Amino acid sequence: MSDQNSVSAHASDHISEHISTLGSSVAIWLILLACTGITVGAAFIDLGPFNIVVALAIATIKATLVVLFFMHVKYTHEKLTGLVVVSAIFWLFILLALSMADYATRLWR
Amino acid sequence: MPTSQTVVDEHAHENPALLHHFATESQQKNAASLGMWVFLAQEVMFFGGMFCAYLIYRYKYFADFGSASQQLDIKLGAINTAVLICSSLTVVLGVRAAQLGKRMALVFWLVATILLGCVFLGIKADEYAEKFEKHHVPGPSFSYHELLPGQEKLPAAERQYANPHHAEMYFSLYFAMTGMHALHMIIGVGLFGLLAWMAWRGKYTPEYYTPIENAGLYWHFVDIVWIYLFPLLYLIDRHR
Repeated sequence: MSDQNSVSAHASDHISEHISTLGSSVAIWLILLACTGITVGAAFIDLGPFNIVVALAIATIKATLVVLFFMHVKYTHEKLTGLVVVSAIFWLFILLALSMADYATRLWR
Repeated sequence: MPTSQTVVDEHAHENPALLHHFATESQQKNAASLGMWVFLAQEVMFFGGMFCAYLIYRYKYFADFGSASQQLDIKLGAINTAVLICSSLTVVLGVRAAQLGKRMALVFWLVATILLGCVFLGIKADEYAEKFEKHHVPGPSFSYHELLPGQEKLPAAERQYANPHHAEMYFSLYFAMTGMHALHMIIGVGLFGLLAWMAWRGKYTPEYYTPIENAGLYWHFVDIVWIYLFPLLYLIDRHR
């Protein structure tokens, strides 16, 4: 019976689907614009090898904000969405890490 | 037999967008959403291959890539980044309008997204035109005669120039990555054109707006690709 209830609750939850508020959307938009400004400013400061670290860290913050808030991953009830996102990042990590593990260690060339 | 009859009847009362092989609208929506996310995961791998190639060649031709990267215009890149972020906001507001059942607002935000997408592509076309003028497009007419980063401080006789073949590799990757990104933008603009037309005809309701939401996910993904392309191609080699 409780199972039945949860199913019907699930069936009706599309009506209470998360609707992002105007304020939070605009706030995320402003943060993204600010991050863009910061990353451009940081590119003109000589940080040595840390220029790339700062640039990619800011890019990752921006991408995370877009995925969580603009793509509604933070609010979704569907756990599979999170699984797909994490899998995609993990596969990308395998692709980049194993490729670089090869090329970066070819000292004889 | 009577059971299947009741099922058909049940569906007859429901949203006409509900396909018969789904039990509920929620299930149908979740399936469509999951399919879109799996498609995007595949897109991550697709762009990932090019990012990986860029990483390897930047590692191999570090100084030449620095020189070639400095040929790009940071200002145009930054403006384009801001334009894309604004277009992501208009998509969010479009999805919100669809959820709230505001038809005209939905059409407005979709058209705004299309316009911002066209602004991005216009600026990109301007950048490409400059590359053609400077013969920085890989191919038979490619020519590159620029200093390696930091060489301008040295006396003229000691200055070292970038290897044109290595710079050509940078521009090959630049055109492959930004070109494939721009192709995604063109497809997205076309998609939103279609959706704006359907939205205008009132096809989307708070009960059924899956195409708007999935097109939005696609657009945000294309935005994220640019969020990484911009620092990698334009910014990180500014200081050498």
